[in-house]
Amino acid sequence: MNTAAALPILIPLVLMIIMIINRSDTLARWTGVAGSLLLLACSVYLFATVRHSGILTLQAGGWRAPFGITLVIDLFSGLMLMAGSVILVAVSVFSVRFIREDCCNNRFYVFFFSLAMGLNGSFITGDLFNLFVWFEVLLLSSFVLITYGSTPQQLKGGVKYLALNLLGSLFFLAGTGLFYGETGTLNMARLAELLREGEYSASLNVSAILIFVAFGIKGAVFPFHFWLPASYHTPNITITSLFAGLLSKVGVYAMIRVFTLLFMHDQVFWQHLFLVVAGLTMVIGGMAATAQYETRRVLSYHIISQIGYMVMGLGIYTPLGIAGALFFMIHNMLAKTAAFMVAGLIRRVKGSYELMEIGGLYRERPLLAVLFIVPAFALAGVPPLSGFFAKFILIKAGLEDGHYWITAMAVFTAMLTLFSMIKIWNEAFLKKTPGNHPGINPPVRLNWIDLFPPAFLGSLSILMGLFAGPVFRFALEAARVLTNVSPYIESVIYGLSP
Amino acid sequence: MHQALLIYLTVGGAAFLFPGVGGKRRALVPALLLAGFFLFFLFKLPFIAETGAWHQVILWIPELGLNLEFLLDGLSLFMVILVAGIGALVFLYSRVYMKEYQETGRFYLYLFLFAGSMTGLVLSANLIQLFIFWELTSVLSFLLIGFFHEKAEARRAAFQSLYITGFGGLCMLAGIILLGSIPGSYSLPAWLASSAAIRASSFYVPGLLLILVGAFTKSAQFPFHFWLPTAMKAPAPVSAYLHSATMVKAGFFLLARLAPVLGGTPEWKYIISSVGVLTMLVGSYLAISQKDIKSILAYTTINGLGILVLLIGINTEQSASAALIFLFVHAMYKATLFMMAGMIEKKTGTRDIDRLGGLARHMPVSFIIALLAALSMAGLPPMLGFLGKELIYEAKVELPGINFPLLVLGVLSNILMVAVSLAFLYKIFLGPPRRYAVAPDEKGWLLLAGPAVLALFSLVLGLFPDLIGNTLINTALPVMHAGAGEVDLKIWHGVNTVFFLSLLTVFFGLLLSWLIIRKTTLLEAWRRMNNAIFYIRFSELFSAAIDRFIAFSGRKEKVMQHGYHRYYILTIVSFTALLMWGKVILGGVEWPEMHVRVESFFIPVLVGVMVPAVLYSTLTRSRMAAIIDMGVVGYGISLIYMYFSAVDLAIMQILVETLTVVIFVLVLQRLPRFAILSTRRTRIRDLTVALVFGSVMTMVALFAVQANVPKPVSEYFQDRSLTDAFGRNVVNVILVDFRAFDTLGETVVLITAALGILVLIGKKTGKI
Repeated sequence: MNTAAALPILIPLVLMIIMIINRSDTLARWTGVAGSLLLLACSVYLFATVRHSGILTLQAGGWRAPFGITLVIDLFSGLMLMAGSVILVAVSVFSVRFIREDCCNNRFYVFFFSLAMGLNGSFITGDLFNLFVWFEVLLLSSFVLITYGSTPQQLKGGVKYLALNLLGSLFFLAGTGLFYGETGTLNMARLAELLREGEYSASLNVSAILIFVAFGIKGAVFPFHFWLPASYHTPNITITSLFAGLLSKVGVYAMIRVFTLLFMHDQVFWQHLFLVVAGLTMVIGGMAATAQYETRRVLSYHIISQIGYMVMGLGIYTPLGIAGALFFMIHNMLAKTAAFMVAGLIRRVKGSYELMEIGGLYRERPLLAVLFIVPAFALAGVPPLSGFFAKFILIKAGLEDGHYWITAMAVFTAMLTLFSMIKIWNEAFLKKTPGNHPGINPPVRLNWIDLFPPAFLGSLSILMGLFAGPVFRFALEAARVLTNVSPYIESVIYGLSP
Repeated sequence: MHQALLIYLTVGGAAFLFPGVGGKRRALVPALLLAGFFLFFLFKLPFIAETGAWHQVILWIPELGLNLEFLLDGLSLFMVILVAGIGALVFLYSRVYMKEYQETGRFYLYLFLFAGSMTGLVLSANLIQLFIFWELTSVLSFLLIGFFHEKAEARRAAFQSLYITGFGGLCMLAGIILLGSIPGSYSLPAWLASSAAIRASSFYVPGLLLILVGAFTKSAQFPFHFWLPTAMKAPAPVSAYLHSATMVKAGFFLLARLAPVLGGTPEWKYIISSVGVLTMLVGSYLAISQKDIKSILAYTTINGLGILVLLIGINTEQSASAALIFLFVHAMYKATLFMMAGMIEKKTGTRDIDRLGGLARHMPVSFIIALLAALSMAGLPPMLGFLGKELIYEAKVELPGINFPLLVLGVLSNILMVAVSLAFLYKIFLGPPRRYAVAPDEKGWLLLAGPAVLALFSLVLGLFPDLIGNTLINTALPVMHAGAGEVDLKIWHGVNTVFFLSLLTVFFGLLLSWLIIRKTTLLEAWRRMNNAIFYIRFSELFSAAIDRFIAFSGRKEKVMQHGYHRYYILTIVSFTALLMWGKVILGGVEWPEMHVRVESFFIPVLVGVMVPAVLYSTLTRSRMAAIIDMGVVGYGISLIYMYFSAVDLAIMQILVETLTVVIFVLVLQRLPRFAILSTRRTRIRDLTVALVFGSVMTMVALFAVQANVPKPVSEYFQDRSLTDAFGRNVVNVILVDFRAFDTLGETVVLITAALGILVLIGKKTGKI
């Protein structure tokens, strides 16, 4: 059933078309949830298939690699598809009540599914230019979503987002073009094969920098991260939650995918570059977050900071390190989305995102406190939540491979994260409601649709901690496939399943 | 053992999940569970004494070396009995103490989870598992200290303790991972087996230091001690349980666990014992000048922890047995005193020692309990504390080499402790009676039950020390010090050095306490002096450092995220250009060789038109001219496409170019008048960046042209276009067949863009 490999792209496409035709809000909302569930089911099926029978490839249009476009699902793609679908499910439920705040309409789901399509496309494509296309899909849908409310602030943020990301696309395109010029192919497996056979390294690496920068911009890595803090706090919180879980992770996904496949023959250079960038990203993101007093801004800077951890895993470049990066990515998608959702709920209850204007939630809304503290402590790396294992694996990988500096940075950043999370906890939950900001009266009722998505993601984070074993095993298997690329190449080019 | 923990978690958890079940007696469920633990483990004692250890392994994540390993040996048995026993009493005490507060359900839940985590911690034989429980105790301590969460001070105290211990915990984790790479395991038995290799390794010193940071922060050693007095913002049961009897002993426990692995080196001995001595002195010295009774107790706790750490640093047989006894003694009297302090605060409404006095008349039973506990703290007979102190002296006396200074400092610190204990007792219970708003009474027998039991234990065990010596201590001792014989505990050791030291201590201690009590001016002077000497208050320093760090980060954030779009782009482009140039220069790239081949007359002419157009567009002051110039470049490119017979591309390029020019012209009318606002310097800077980036891009393009491509896919496309895809126009076939998937994606992009514009316009006009 190799054709099933196209489903992650086709399902959102069909749903998107349905949404364009459909004019009913209610139908759109529930189709959104049902469609996301379908995607989740599909990705679980694909993951199981990959685990059972090895790498899944689909030569689109029947043109064999490297001439056509190949869709490839290996364990890494499978994991990311699953994690992405989980986020989509959670956000689709969350949107049911939240997107209504913004001049309710069904159009949101068009872009929701085009985003899903771009996301899944990026995860499963085996072609460098095709990856660029999916990035474009992602970029445009996300731009529309950022400016969805049409407020001046959103347009301002959206323009920064678009312009800087277009710069990234430009670099990506230039890099891809140069690659094609030097190798005559765009198929990543074929490229990997050529690079391992021939003497391409020196000049190709210069072009590769363009691709690195492009992914760096997508992934919001220092010093290419400016778009993220400029835009993430502007849209509806549903949209921010969606982005927090998915957008920058695609950049990291692409970085891990492309650089494990293509550029690791100049390992020393890339490893150092990744580690330096990772360290700077973590620390600077974490520091900038400590100075913020708006929940979304604090959390946004932590997205950047945590991207650093993932890049660190790639930079360590042992199976353990990459497994750590994957584990961290999945953990971060869950916890971060949940944290943003809770920020949205706080806003709904208290009417503000500003920490100075809210308080007293610990007493008034104990359930909300639980929903916050789980992802917050997970992000800070408190055991036995998912974040602890993510950091533990990375620290272990770093120390065992002798990367002491980056490990020290990781530990330092963990303290910064802890600080920021405690700050939100102290200000929003523990302290009394400030007298001059009494909040919303009469108190807002939260129903299960509001609470379910963060609760769902939070419990997944807990489970991912308690059952870290299986998840880690998947991540390690995926990392082994990434570090030993010959099965990937063989199954794409020669149609062999390892 | 894991079954015991599981039962604990499920039964207790159920009680909290269903609030109806426990009702007002909710505290009793954990108390009963802990009492059950106490008995369960107590009855394991003969078994452990006989077999040595009970080791259980449950596989969790074996790939990471992280399994659930529980080890019940003499040492963990000793600890778990303390944790469970005192825990049960504290829960009973809190049932009365916490009655009047809100949110007691959460309080009990946290305390219950803490007791579980602490039990898990002391039973852990896998060091990562130990770390997990360690962090859990830190987090629960954070939640418990912040119980009065509406007070800013309580929040700050909670944060401070979590931050310090959390930092230490992470260091410890790094240390464990570092050293764990030597035996390739985090399991304690594996570490014991390869202890020689670990000590010989080059990782030994860094690993040891990191682990020590963890242990020192947890056990409030100087200079991390300050979180403990600050943590006194917590309710009294928390101070009694976490911050004196159990959690703060975790650091010592870890060291005791690791002593057979890491101990016996000069680093171990000197670092640990000097930190311990310093902490001991700081604790006892600062205790005297405190006013708040809980602060006094907190500083004496620091003193006690210092002594424990010192003893583990010395690491001889005597010191190990002294440490065990002293740990036991300290937990007993300190939990008692903290519970008494809580009760006194409750009954009188103050914790200020200068506003207390004559309580013995109102609270006679409390007085007796406090008397026993204070005597134990002072190390006076017939209490168990006396034995503890004697053993410590003995350990120091028999220590070769460094005994003299240690002995002097030890005596000094004990003199201070005697003085503190007696003054504490006298001022609160005897002394001149004060006026209290409500006459203090002793209602609520549960408040007294716990302290009474503990005080009696101290007394009985002091009189019959073999009860503990032959049982708990003798089982625990071989774990800490391999091959240790049996400890012989008795009150009267005969007239020897230790005896004289004790006499000396008591004499000067009495003298000093008399001075403090009688000459209040002296104490005032002492306080003033301390304020002058210790003008650096670590706790405030810590807060200030954090504040400054935030301000610093805030400034840097403003610099970085300035909001000017042009600089963002400038940063990204210059960084990219520098990286690329760096790679060209350092990466051993061979410079492209220039073979100027003029293939036709056509191309050079086109280039000859386009280059001046580009140059002119950058120099001109007319926008219209610039746009036209760009148009010239665009059309020129399309002609080049044409030359290489890519007709479709050429058409596309012409369309795009035309559209761009039209849009530009339309926008142009709405722009303000052209003006040069940038300075000369910025223009030079922009020019430099543009040149650097442009040149490197040119370089890379030249590389690509030069590349010796083996067999590009385009050849395949040309060959197969007609035969397999039935199309003559190769570009079209690529778009709709070979790479139709790309086209699908691009179509989606277009649809999204179109709909996005619709939404934007629709929002403005109000209809979608």
